[in-house]
Parts: sequence; C-alpha cells; structure tokens
Amino acid sequence: MAAEATAPTLVVTETGAGARRTRWLLGRIGIYAALVFWAFISLFPVYWTVTTSMKVAKDVQLGHIIPYVDFQPNWLGWRSLGLSPDTIGATSTVRDEFLKRFFNSVFVAFGASGLAILIGALAAYGLSRFQYKFLWMKNQDISFFFLSQLILPPVVLALPFLVLYRELALLDSTIGLILLYTLTVLPIVIWIMKDQFDTIPIELDEAAQVDGLGPWGTFFRIILPMALPGMVAAFILSLILCWNEYFFAALLTSSEAKTLPVMVASQTGSQGINWWAMAALSTAAIAPLVLIGILLERYIIKGLTAGSIKG
Amino acid sequence: MATAELPNYGAVSRRRKDWGRALIAAATVLFLATALLQALNSSGLVPLGLRDWRPTLYAYLVWAVALGIGQVMIRGEAGLRALFILPAALFTVAMAIFPTLFGLSIAFTDWNLSSLTGQKFNGFDNLVQLFRDPFYWNAMRNMVIYVLFVLVEYAIAFALALLLNAEIRARKFWRVTFLIPLMLSPVAVSWMIGKSMLEYRYGPAARLARWLGVNNPSFFTDPWVARLWIEAMDAWVSIPFVMILLLAGLQALPREIIEAAKVDGASPWQRFWQIVFPLMLPVSITAIVLRIIFKLKLADIIINVTSGGPGGATDSVSSFIYREYRDRSNVGYGTMLAMFYLVVIVVFITTLLNLLSKRMRRMT
Repeated sequence: MAAEATAPTLVVTETGAGARRTRWLLGRIGIYAALVFWAFISLFPVYWTVTTSMKVAKDVQLGHIIPYVDFQPNWLGWRSLGLSPDTIGATSTVRDEFLKRFFNSVFVAFGASGLAILIGALAAYGLSRFQYKFLWMKNQDISFFFLSQLILPPVVLALPFLVLYRELALLDSTIGLILLYTLTVLPIVIWIMKDQFDTIPIELDEAAQVDGLGPWGTFFRIILPMALPGMVAAFILSLILCWNEYFFAALLTSSEAKTLPVMVASQTGSQGINWWAMAALSTAAIAPLVLIGILLERYIIKGLTAGSIKG
Repeated sequence: MATAELPNYGAVSRRRKDWGRALIAAATVLFLATALLQALNSSGLVPLGLRDWRPTLYAYLVWAVALGIGQVMIRGEAGLRALFILPAALFTVAMAIFPTLFGLSIAFTDWNLSSLTGQKFNGFDNLVQLFRDPFYWNAMRNMVIYVLFVLVEYAIAFALALLLNAEIRARKFWRVTFLIPLMLSPVAVSWMIGKSMLEYRYGPAARLARWLGVNNPSFFTDPWVARLWIEAMDAWVSIPFVMILLLAGLQALPREIIEAAKVDGASPWQRFWQIVFPLMLPVSITAIVLRIIFKLKLADIIINVTSGGPGGATDSVSSFIYREYRDRSNVGYGTMLAMFYLVVIVVFITTLLNLLSKRMRRMT
C-alpha cells in the first residue's frame, strides 16, 4: 500500500465560480454523508455490544443507548465474567473458563499461523524460483493444486476428520485443530508469499549463489529478511481467520480444546436474556481483533490485495 | 531441515544414490508395514493392543523425513530444491487429499455414530436418498440465492471503494473504520446483530421498526425476511474484503487516462462507465470469484442465529449437513451430502472460470 495518494488540491478560480462551486460543495457533502453513514453501519453493532455489556435489565428493556445520558454504566456484565474491577482479584470459575478458552484460541491461532507460514513460505519460494516437474505437473499445476484447496468447503473435510481424529486420538485436542487450521490457511499463505517473492529480483539469488550460498542459505539469509512485510501480512491474516474459525472447532472439540467462538456460541441458548453477560463475552472475544485491525491495518490490506492486482 | 549444510552438493556419487534409494525404500516398507499391522489390529485378526492409529501417523512422519533426506542423497542440488516444496505438498496430501478419499469411502456406507451396528456398505442408497431429500435441495436453492447476492455485495463494495478513492480527508480513518467488520468472528456477529440487535422485543432494530410504524416486527419468521437478514449479516462481515480488493484496483489505475477523459469533457458518470469500470473488470472478477468461493462455505451465522429456520428457509448446505451430523450423528449420509456438494462446487467454479476467461479473451 503506497501512502495516501496525494490528491491534487482543487483550485477554484474566481471566474465562473458560482454554479460550479455549489455543485462541488454538494458533491463534498454527499461524499461525507455517505462516509458517515457507512461508518455508522460499520461501528454501531460494535458500539451496541460494548455499551450493552454495561447495562442492567432495565436499560435493555427501555432501549437506552447512550451511556451517562440515558443510562448509568454498570459493571454487571463484566462482573458475571469475573473481569470487572471489583472481581478481578477474586477467584472466579467463569473467568477461569473464559481464560482457558481464550488461551486455547491464542495457542491454536498462533500455532496454525506459524506452521502455515513455515511450510507455506518454503513452498512459495520454491515455486517462485525453481522449475519443478512431478509426473505431469509443472510449477503452474502445483501452484494451482495448492490454491485449489481454497474451494474445499469445511463440511467436506469435517466428517472424515471426525472419524479420522477419533481413530488418531486427536479429537478434542488443540494439536488436531492446529493441523486443520494450517490446512485452511495454507493456500492463502502460499498465495501471499509467492506474490511477495516474485517482487524480489532473482539477481539477488544469483549473487548469493556466486558468493557460495546454497539454495537454503540464500533463502534464509538473503531472501527471507526481504520478504518480511509479506510474511507479517500473511501471518496476521491467518491469525484472524484461525481466531474466528467456528465450524471445525464446534464439531471436533468438546471440553478440553474448546475455543472462544465455541464458548460464545454455546452461551447464546442457555443464558436466556442475560444480555449484559453475553455482551461482555462478545466484547472480550472481538476486542483483540479490533485492536489488531486498527493497529496493523496496513498489513491486513497488503495481505488481502496480494496477487489480485496484476490483472 | 539440517540437511542444508551437506558438503559438496551438486556432484552425487553412485554410492550415495544407492544409499538414498535404500533409505526411501526402507521407510516406505516401514510405513506400509505399520499401516498393515494396524489394519489387522483394528479388524481384530492380530490383536496387538493398539488403541489408536497414532503409530501409523508417526510412521508417515518418519517416511516423509526419509523421503526428504533421500531426495537430497539421490538428486543433490535438485533434491535440496525439492525440499522447499515437499513439506507443504506432503502436508496437503495427508490433510486434504487423503481425508477426501477417505470421505468417499464413508459416503457409500450406512454409518450412524450413535448406533451400535457400525459401518455398513450400502452402495448408492445414500445417493438415491440424497436426490429424494427435499431439505437438501432446499438448502441448495438457498445457496443459489446467497451466491446471487454476491452481486449486491459487489455493488455496495464498489461504491465504498470509490468513496475511499475520492479526494477525502482522513482517508486512513475511514478505511480502518470500514474494515472493522471483517475482523469480527461470525459467531460474535451472530450474537451482536442476530440475537441482540434484531431481538424482536428490546432490540434497537425492532424499536426502529416500531417507530416507523411496523406492528410486531419480527426478523426471522418470514422466509424471505429471514434470508435477507442472514445475507445482510454475512454481507456486513464480508463487504470490506471486496471493498479492499476494489480499492487497490482503483489505486492502480493509470491516472493519465482518467485525466485525459476529464480534459475531453467527459462527465463523472461517463468516466466511470466508459473508463473506470471496464479497466476494473479483471480486479472485479477476481474479487467476485473469491467472494463466491467464501460464500459457498457460509454456515456459522446460520447455525448460530436461525439453525436453518424458519422451515429451512435460511439453511445453507453446510449448516444443513452440520445439523445432519449434530442431531442425528449420521456420518455416512452426511458425508455423501458433502461430497455431492463438493462435486457441484468444483463443476460450478470451473465452468465459471472458463466462461470468464473466454469472455475476457474476446474483449482484449
């Protein structure tokens, strides 16, 4: 992502300004109105969830929306999670449960993203630099083979894995989830990394080889450090996808390896109208990602747009 | 991966080649023997006391490592290059190709995990049942509707990309804001919007509807309204993705052409339809195809908000199969449904890509 495109400043001359200026002004107002409207659409559900976590029953029923104006924020929701200021020191089984799910999610997301980056970057470098031939498959076919995994819907793998994991004693284990999540993000990682390696001139490899480095030395000492932005982008994108994954986790985990999305989903039915608790839980589940989104937006966009703009 | 430091790669002696071949052969024999013993063990012919198939998994890992080392020993530098791609290839084969084939073998059996009878081959019974299953075809029809909605998502995303590409202040702020829904997990969105904001008594959407004069607003009782809300939630999460792709495309457009059109006196409307839109076609197609691929996996929101209701109106194929397993433990039939869906998807996507590439070739 290049920095903000420097827009040529509009110079409005005094001659014939009248009508054109009003039209320009109307256009401006239209654009900003549309921006504000969509910002509202994007943010209101988040705002609603965060504020609801600080409401009591009365506020929910009366439809209060703005804190301090039409309701007094209350820690009720966070207290039920054991995360409010007055309960944070005390022991809380709900908080232990939450933290366990939270760290399961962290472990699974980081494990899967790390593994996917490791084997994905290697494959992407190979495909970007060397000519392979395996049976009838050349580089292009091998790339397509990896990318085509993207269209495999989770349902196709879910039931076979249920049976396989039962036989392999990997049901309800974080390792099992890590392996599956690695598979689901691997095509995306290979895509992004190959795009990244393709932008690094091959002359660098050749120079390194002249200096006596083998293919692996070239890769680790010269090329990989240069591909770091792409790696960060691929890593963050995988992290988001793994953190949010629900389908496999819901089918393949039960008590031990349950991740945060499964916990959030399992609360919706049982708690009835315990809104503040649900809102607090949802807030806690989405907070890390909203933070990542705000702080690392540059990399997310880099990852999303890799390889799609060449035409 | 320590093999990188092997001395004098390039020239490979015959002895080393033979040792490499022997290594691979030995590992293959070990792997096959382990698998065979395990099969005998689990069928009860040779009770070895093994409780799970882990040994075969480990044997596969050993075989994979031996294959890598053997490649280097036999082919020298070329082997070192093959090592780059081997881990990913072996991983994908083990985790995607093998389970899919294994799934095919389940698909033709009558197997209910909760019943005691175990797996029983039943030929094409599942397939026949599939063609007679009205709920499955209902879910398929819903998928067609959901996929068609991608075009609406695309139109909105294009409008947003144009907005972000206009001369605006604080562009980064707007971009980050618009991106936030993409970060959120569908499960959290299900609660935040589906169960909370669309709650029919106290939710803000119901309140707004009542204020607009709708009596007893409900969002998930009428089939079409329910479908629209599911689609709206999914669109809310995914529009940013399409938008980012299109925005990147817009920023890569050659500025001179647009400036030239401006000088020639083309109105913004003409400039868009005659220059920007045609130039954006390749990016648009990439974005739409990717979005369709992700759309075909739609499940989480439906499972958590409506469970397919009312009367299957919002069901996607994935959520239907999910319930087929969750409620009935019907692995055999569920797998057949999934396999059939996979075939439909592959045929659909390949046809789509072929049509598009033909169309693109004719235009350029």
